[in-house]
Amino acid sequence: MRKLEKLQNDSKAKTDEKVLLEVKNLKKYFPIKAGVFKRTVGWVKAVDDVSFFIRKGETLGLVGESGCGKTTTGRTILRLIEPTAGSVHYNGEDLLAMSKRKMNKYRTKLQMIFQDPYGSLDPRMRVKDIIAEGLKAAHIGNRKERYEMVKEYMEKVGLSPLYVNRFPHEFSGGQRQRIGIARALIMNPELIVCDEAVSALDVSIQAQILNLLDDLQKEFNLTYLFIAHDLNVVKHISDRIVVMYLGKIVEIASKHELFNNPLHPYTKALLSANPIPDPTIERKDRIILQGDVPSPANPPKGCRFHPRCWLAKPVCSEEEPPLVEVRPDHYVACHFWEEMEKQN
Amino acid sequence: MATKEIEGALESPLTIKMKLAWRSFKENWKIFSESKIGVLGLWIVIIFAIAGFIVYPILAATVWKPTLSGMVSYDPVTGYDFTQMLNPAPPSLHHLLGTDPLGRDVLAQLLYSTPREFALGILAALITVFIGTIIGTVSAYYGGAVDTFFMRLADLVLLFPFIPFLIVLSGMIQIDLFRLALIIGLISGFGGITIVLRSQAMIVKVKPFIESAKVSGASNPYLIVNHIIPNVMPLSFLYMMFNVTGAIFSEAVLSFFGLLNIKMSWGLMIYTADTAGYIVGSNIGHYWWLWLPPGAAITLLCGAFYFIGRGLDEVVNPRLRRR
Repeated sequence: MRKLEKLQNDSKAKTDEKVLLEVKNLKKYFPIKAGVFKRTVGWVKAVDDVSFFIRKGETLGLVGESGCGKTTTGRTILRLIEPTAGSVHYNGEDLLAMSKRKMNKYRTKLQMIFQDPYGSLDPRMRVKDIIAEGLKAAHIGNRKERYEMVKEYMEKVGLSPLYVNRFPHEFSGGQRQRIGIARALIMNPELIVCDEAVSALDVSIQAQILNLLDDLQKEFNLTYLFIAHDLNVVKHISDRIVVMYLGKIVEIASKHELFNNPLHPYTKALLSANPIPDPTIERKDRIILQGDVPSPANPPKGCRFHPRCWLAKPVCSEEEPPLVEVRPDHYVACHFWEEMEKQN
Repeated sequence: MATKEIEGALESPLTIKMKLAWRSFKENWKIFSESKIGVLGLWIVIIFAIAGFIVYPILAATVWKPTLSGMVSYDPVTGYDFTQMLNPAPPSLHHLLGTDPLGRDVLAQLLYSTPREFALGILAALITVFIGTIIGTVSAYYGGAVDTFFMRLADLVLLFPFIPFLIVLSGMIQIDLFRLALIIGLISGFGGITIVLRSQAMIVKVKPFIESAKVSGASNPYLIVNHIIPNVMPLSFLYMMFNVTGAIFSEAVLSFFGLLNIKMSWGLMIYTADTAGYIVGSNIGHYWWLWLPPGAAITLLCGAFYFIGRGLDEVVNPRLRRR
């Protein structure tokens, strides 16, 4: 009983913690150009009116299927892609309104770990230069100090400092991802966007990297935005989870709430598609969605999920459901979330 | 700490660097040596280099030393052999490749010109590659108006009648070897090489490591210098080899027309023979030593640099490797 109380207190403390990053009405439309004169004939709505926030010290998972705008969201926050509209407030300051020069100063606080450990390291640079790149760009320390820091952080991510003079191709995938983590970490960031940071790795290495990320989070009090399509990975590492579908957020909830009480039909279908690595369990509750994901260039009217939804009623194709907080810290964008709750 | 001790026992970074460089050189050399044409080119270049840079100075200091009587001089520009009755004289023991219409030793001229051809070719190629790499990467990276401007300029330069332009230019200014290298380098630097290097830089530009450097806060010039240029460098080096060929060839054409302000070159040797009327009609077979040595030298050296380029192509382009 006391334990339960403590848990509740903990979660309450977490809710009160301050918001580190707040994304408001973020939009990114990519133009579709055609013809000789490259006229814009339409827009791919990769991210369409997305709002969420990340609290300090938590891990926010961002899931969805391919092409739903997860990666675009992550990149827009770091301004690797300039957004069409919206704002990203970091500690109260709007990152998107900043000049490029000012943004470069903020980059030390916001780092990213990339999906592809093979492509994200320059093959013609030594490991020490790769890791120290951010320090050099921010004019931190002299050559020797940077070199010492590189060695220190290599040890922190579980790489031998003896490898400083090697080239990336001399490492395995897992080791390369550790280099990627070290280069993000050396800037002493507050927020790290992990863009599919483990999807390119073997399952055994995935576990190592996830545990490393977990340990580093505790050591450096980091905040993660963890973008992934693997639900098991997200379940392992996240505190709260955002589910995206076709450039929109359909549901935001804490990990346990989302897995036990999904209030959006898409979330439920997504969770039921998650394989259980046990052949003896027969799954009867699997929901198989009909049809394909519509094109983000021409999304359906109303609720974007309605053509594939088994709960869809006429109102769904006309009125777009807003993202509302239906339970404490549980947001859902569905007209019939109450029905879903009954089904659960 | 244990690692500190191991580190102390390890070699210094410099020796590691040397070792790594040596290792990558060995690997690349293996690929290069598999292409017969490349090795052939390299041998020809080495032979020319030895002849021009080592053999000629030795010969000039010993066998071809001006005699006290002043009867025989092997100077490539002002030399004359008074013991010879008729000029041009066919090859003999005294003049291994005969003499030209003015009585100068052909072999001496040939060897004297070799280092100059090398200097011209390499200087022009260096300038070309320097300009081409910078403009190619910059226009690929920034895109937009900068890109359009330089690419249309490159189209213009590609369509430009190069040799006629140099002919007109030589009427207006004195073109010596250095100026020629500068002009060739500048003009071909804005031409085809920019297009090739731009396309290569476009491939590098979208690689994830560029993005990861951006997240580290790298500025645009930093990205171009530290990431894009090192990754297109092998290709620019390859194009340098092809440009050496072009430069030597243009020099030969221009001095054949007698438009250059230089003392001696392979093209000038043919020009001398031609203006004296020895390469007309049946004379061409009769006075072969006047045009064959310089002509063959131009062909061989141009070809050799091209062959090296082909061999390097296989090192740079893994697609071309036969395995």
